[in-house]
Amino acid sequence: MGTTIIGVTYNGGVVLGADSRTSTGMYIANRASDKITQLTDNVYVCRSGSAADSQIISDYVRYYLHQHTIQLGQPATVKVAANLVRLISYNNKNMLETGLIVGGWDKYEGGKIYGIPLGGTIIEQPFAIGGSGSSYLYGFFDQAWKEGMTKDEAEQLVVKAVSLAIARDGASGGVVRTVIINEEGVTRNFYTGDKLPLWHEELEPHNSLLDILNASVPEPMST
Amino acid sequence: MNLIDSTQAKNTLLSSEIAASERTLYPYVTGTSVIGIKYKDGILMAADMGGSYGSTLRYKSVERLKPVGKHSLLGASGEISDFQEILRYLDELILYDNMWDDGNSLGPKEVHNYLTRVMYNRRNKFNPLWNSLVLGGVKNGQKYLGTVSMIGVHFEDNHVATGFGNHLARPILRDEWHENLSFEDGVKLLEKCMLVLLYRDRSAVNKLQIAKITEEGFTSYPPYALKTFWNFSAFQNPTVGAEGSW
Repeated sequence: MGTTIIGVTYNGGVVLGADSRTSTGMYIANRASDKITQLTDNVYVCRSGSAADSQIISDYVRYYLHQHTIQLGQPATVKVAANLVRLISYNNKNMLETGLIVGGWDKYEGGKIYGIPLGGTIIEQPFAIGGSGSSYLYGFFDQAWKEGMTKDEAEQLVVKAVSLAIARDGASGGVVRTVIINEEGVTRNFYTGDKLPLWHEELEPHNSLLDILNASVPEPMST
Repeated sequence: MNLIDSTQAKNTLLSSEIAASERTLYPYVTGTSVIGIKYKDGILMAADMGGSYGSTLRYKSVERLKPVGKHSLLGASGEISDFQEILRYLDELILYDNMWDDGNSLGPKEVHNYLTRVMYNRRNKFNPLWNSLVLGGVKNGQKYLGTVSMIGVHFEDNHVATGFGNHLARPILRDEWHENLSFEDGVKLLEKCMLVLLYRDRSAVNKLQIAKITEEGFTSYPPYALKTFWNFSAFQNPTVGAEGSW
């Protein structure tokens, strides 16, 4: 279940976040993948586990939602999108291996997050975490999550969390991608290593050892 | 003087009795690639400081490059506890060598040969030391660089690597290594390889240790991290305009 995925609600919408590492065994096949996939204008899904399984489920749900939107005459709700994902995950549970987090905004319920783990359980949550990297975040969220955050607080929390998971999970890495969905629309962001804080035992990056050796003033040490 | 084995080995080889003796089944805390190259003054080696526990990047300050005696440098990937045991064996080997007090000291070729025998004999007992080793050194102006795997496969070359380094670093080295590299060029070449490993090896950690061995002796440089590049335009929004989810 390589990956770290997160979905968080705030007062006005949701923030979805993910790392960008896709691996085949111990090799990193794609270091800049996009795991936050669009289902409709206002609903996105974070994918984890088997890349093939999560991609095909997203494609089926996008197809069904497209027809549903036409028939309904207005944007689909997050709940409907999540339940379509659940139906496919649940009815094919023996064959699929993917955990998904559906998040979005609609005019009836506002921002909503639905976690859909292996097996096809659907669970509406104020925040959801998934993927192998999430193991390292349960304690962090127990402490850091609070109700009624602002958009910026929520995004900062997501970026910090994915960055912490990347530091400890070998199956997560690369950049931190976020998608913010609210009444106004959708915003995509992209945070590279140099924009993330350094954690325990991580060092300030350099271009080369030679720059360090040739530096006239010794750099301050840190643990 | 039993230098080879500290465990009480059973000498019977009937397959029904092999299960009764101990054997390493799988590694727990592991180090990833080590790269070694010959350069003008001796040997340069690089390894990251990660000790992975399965897929968890558990320890980030593990030294995997260590001096051996006066003339050699040993780098190891694989199970860290087995590497620590090998260092104990080598300590004993060097001690006995010093006790002769005859002015002679074990060179890298001899240490490499000793390690080969240790690894191969353990493999034959189905209880391997789960490591891939890189042994380099200089003695009397002669540079030596060799490698031994957990099953006893061993050889020497101008540039060697373990683990993922075999697949990602050696092609670069084959292209860009040449005789009499300067220290600066050697470091840059190693860093180029380590950067690829950082991008593409899941168990790599961004904290490197570079060490060298020359006629003067062993030097280990302070650990540091490399800058990584992510600002290709294709990385920004890879799925914009995509047909489906990929």
